[in-house]
Amino acid sequence: MKSNFRDLLKLRSVRRVAQVFFFSLFLFFVVISDLRYLKGYPASLFLELDPLVAFATAITTHTVYMGLLLSLLLILPTLLFGRIFCNWICPYGILHHFIGWLMGKRRAEERERIEANRYKKLYSLKYVILIGMVVAAVCGSLQIGLLDPICLFHRSMTTAIMPMLNIFIPSSVYVRQYFHMGAWVIGFILFFLVGMNVLIPRFFCRVLCPLGAFLGTLSSFALWRIDRDPDKCVDCDLCLKSCEGASDPHTQLRKSECFVCFNCVEDCPEDAISFKFMPPLKREITAPMVPARRALLGSLVGVGFFAFGRGSGKTDRDYNKKVIRPPGSVEEKDFLDRCIKCDQCIRVCPTNVLQPSLLESGLEGIWTPILNMKLGYCELNCTLCGQVCPTGAIQRITIEEKTGMGPFAEEGPIRLGTAFYDHGRCLPWSMETPCVVCEEVCPVSPKAIYSREVTITKRDGNPITLRRPYVDPALCIGCGICEHECPVTDEAAIRVTAIGETRSRERRLLMDGGVTSSVRGLEKRQR
Amino acid sequence: MSANPDPSETQHPVQEAENRISRREFMVRAGATGALLAGAAAAGRALWKPDHFVPGFQAEKGLQLANYAPEISKVLPSMAIAHGQDHDSTVRAAIGALGGMSRFIKRGDVVMIKPNVAFDRPAALAATTHPEALRAVAKLVIEAGAAKVFIADNPINSPAGCFLKSGLRQVANDLNLELLYPETNSFSPLQLEGEVLKHWTFFHEPFKKATKVIGVAPCKDHNLCHASMTMKNWYGLLGGRRNQFHQHIHSIVSDFALMMKPTLVVLDGMNVLMSNGPTGGRLSDVKHMGTVVAGTDMVAVDSYGYSHLLERDLAELTYIHKAHDRKLGNKNWKDTLYKEVQA
Repeated sequence: MKSNFRDLLKLRSVRRVAQVFFFSLFLFFVVISDLRYLKGYPASLFLELDPLVAFATAITTHTVYMGLLLSLLLILPTLLFGRIFCNWICPYGILHHFIGWLMGKRRAEERERIEANRYKKLYSLKYVILIGMVVAAVCGSLQIGLLDPICLFHRSMTTAIMPMLNIFIPSSVYVRQYFHMGAWVIGFILFFLVGMNVLIPRFFCRVLCPLGAFLGTLSSFALWRIDRDPDKCVDCDLCLKSCEGASDPHTQLRKSECFVCFNCVEDCPEDAISFKFMPPLKREITAPMVPARRALLGSLVGVGFFAFGRGSGKTDRDYNKKVIRPPGSVEEKDFLDRCIKCDQCIRVCPTNVLQPSLLESGLEGIWTPILNMKLGYCELNCTLCGQVCPTGAIQRITIEEKTGMGPFAEEGPIRLGTAFYDHGRCLPWSMETPCVVCEEVCPVSPKAIYSREVTITKRDGNPITLRRPYVDPALCIGCGICEHECPVTDEAAIRVTAIGETRSRERRLLMDGGVTSSVRGLEKRQR
Repeated sequence: MSANPDPSETQHPVQEAENRISRREFMVRAGATGALLAGAAAAGRALWKPDHFVPGFQAEKGLQLANYAPEISKVLPSMAIAHGQDHDSTVRAAIGALGGMSRFIKRGDVVMIKPNVAFDRPAALAATTHPEALRAVAKLVIEAGAAKVFIADNPINSPAGCFLKSGLRQVANDLNLELLYPETNSFSPLQLEGEVLKHWTFFHEPFKKATKVIGVAPCKDHNLCHASMTMKNWYGLLGGRRNQFHQHIHSIVSDFALMMKPTLVVLDGMNVLMSNGPTGGRLSDVKHMGTVVAGTDMVAVDSYGYSHLLERDLAELTYIHKAHDRKLGNKNWKDTLYKEVQA
């Protein structure tokens, strides 16, 4: 009984409690990122705590946006203890730890486990990746979100796991099933990264994770460190049995690789390993090992990523009409400076309109949010995407700001694009059939879609009176509900394209881009 | 086999014995193969469809909706018009004039109340059923002894946002009403002999248990069919490709009077959406009319709403005339047994 109690107080047990707590907290934030449950919870807290997000966006924007200052809370323990985040807090790390433990049961042979946890040269790849991403950020393209574990895990939950749950248990996650463009790509990447634990325990954390590389670099300065007493050590290598980071505690500890999981301290039969304040550094390899030429290669890839991406023209003249950004988004180049592809906006969107783009917005815009009006539309009285965006790619706008009401009446509403009719597909325009669903659902007042009554002679010679719809470009806000509700569902007879978006001066449609005198007259007009 | 066979003596016969299988083993292995073959053949035969068919032309079946209408009374009015200042007293006055809620709801009834929450709008814009109208009706239903009250709608905008921002979710929480979202499994096909509406996916979940149905509709302008009132409110019970309804909107709305025989309908004309319907969007689209109409004949109620609340010419409201001509109600509300009261 007494010994059991002492076991509970062991650091390993404390760590397990922390892991369960932080993993559950992450899942909690994922689940409550829904209009029905989101009551001011900080749904993007893990992203705001992520120092790589704050560091990289500070490089691209020269500012630290709102809650990102919280990442200082993680810098402190890293400078004191090392990469404690990786094994105590990071939900993605905890997932890999758990999967590794599950797979490790098959690797029951002690020797085999020890061999699996020795340091490999491959593990320096993550530093090369980090260098490439930082160099790309310096050039002006934020790509850390591709592999940052918090962004990656949020994105995987949003686009692959939550919809998967809802497919097997209908209406368990969403009232109506959500769909995400290219969800299978993100889903298979998740499966691949989790599955790699079979070959290399904690493959993602040891080999790929740029946040781990960032924290590893910082942890060179840590004050408390794992220390091995060479006089007590009998070279049994048992400390490697459960070493999470593959940080070689059996010889010269690689501090930048150490996850501070404390398994080695407890596995050592000779009590030769301890966690000490300022142990002598000569027994360690303190800094990360990155061969200089590989680092150079990494920075070249970063430069190339930016230059080839920009050179492809999708951020400039050859912009894609389908790149319709969420309301409150900053101008496209600034957007790519800020968006970390965490897809929190996509998770919280109440209509499923927000989608992870694949190559629509070019190489740099992979998995950034765009609107797909076939799947949803932008809800007029909703600004949730901006509320959860941790980096301000989508600004935290108010309803008044979005709709151009109250103090924002002069500026007018935020426009996402403009709707255009395709007369050849429109029922009243070319098929002698009444419709105007588009006008019905148009949410602005006065409606941007109006109709004119015409009486035509049908093919059979009988007259029919119909209403034919038109768009008033000065009133259209590009919300896309007309396209979403159009009965011509494969390719709607009215479609929104990006032209006319207020976030960009270059992409406006009307000369004054806002409320015209004719509109003011219309507002006074009675029906 | 003996423990130590002498190789020179036994090699040949032993090898032969080892190569030969026993009768038992032969039976088991041949039997397994045969059983698999027979099983596959039987399954194939059972699942075989020898005739070709054209997809989408199979006979359709669907559920029939019950008749929830109250018994016809020769004494009590079938329609009541109440004028007042607030929802609670005006709704009470209207229902009271009909003979009180106890005429419609008996102790133990399970009541489905259908508001119109089509859009994600605040109540003041009058594009959705006002939360106070719902509260007043639901309170009367609970006072009459209802065992359970459901609130359900299949909005055009996202369901969670519509119920939250219209204020109806708050009412459901306050009065302990069960709010049903239009979930994936909430729908079943409905069968009807309508003019256009024959077979359509229907929000069936609340009707599995409901014994009474009350519609609580706002009075609104509509861009295509001129007005959305108590008949058009039932649009929100249908699912699927509803956007096709606009192609035959007047036939469809009159079909709703055939589809649904409600216990009671309440038309909330306290604040009427006069223009830019059915979505509205500005307070200037809304006019205060201070009226609630309740009744058992939707056609009569909507006729009054169109001519006296939206203040328009009833001659242009095609669906009312269709419904009247199909004997689904009486558009000449003055000919019905009605009562006009002040709250």
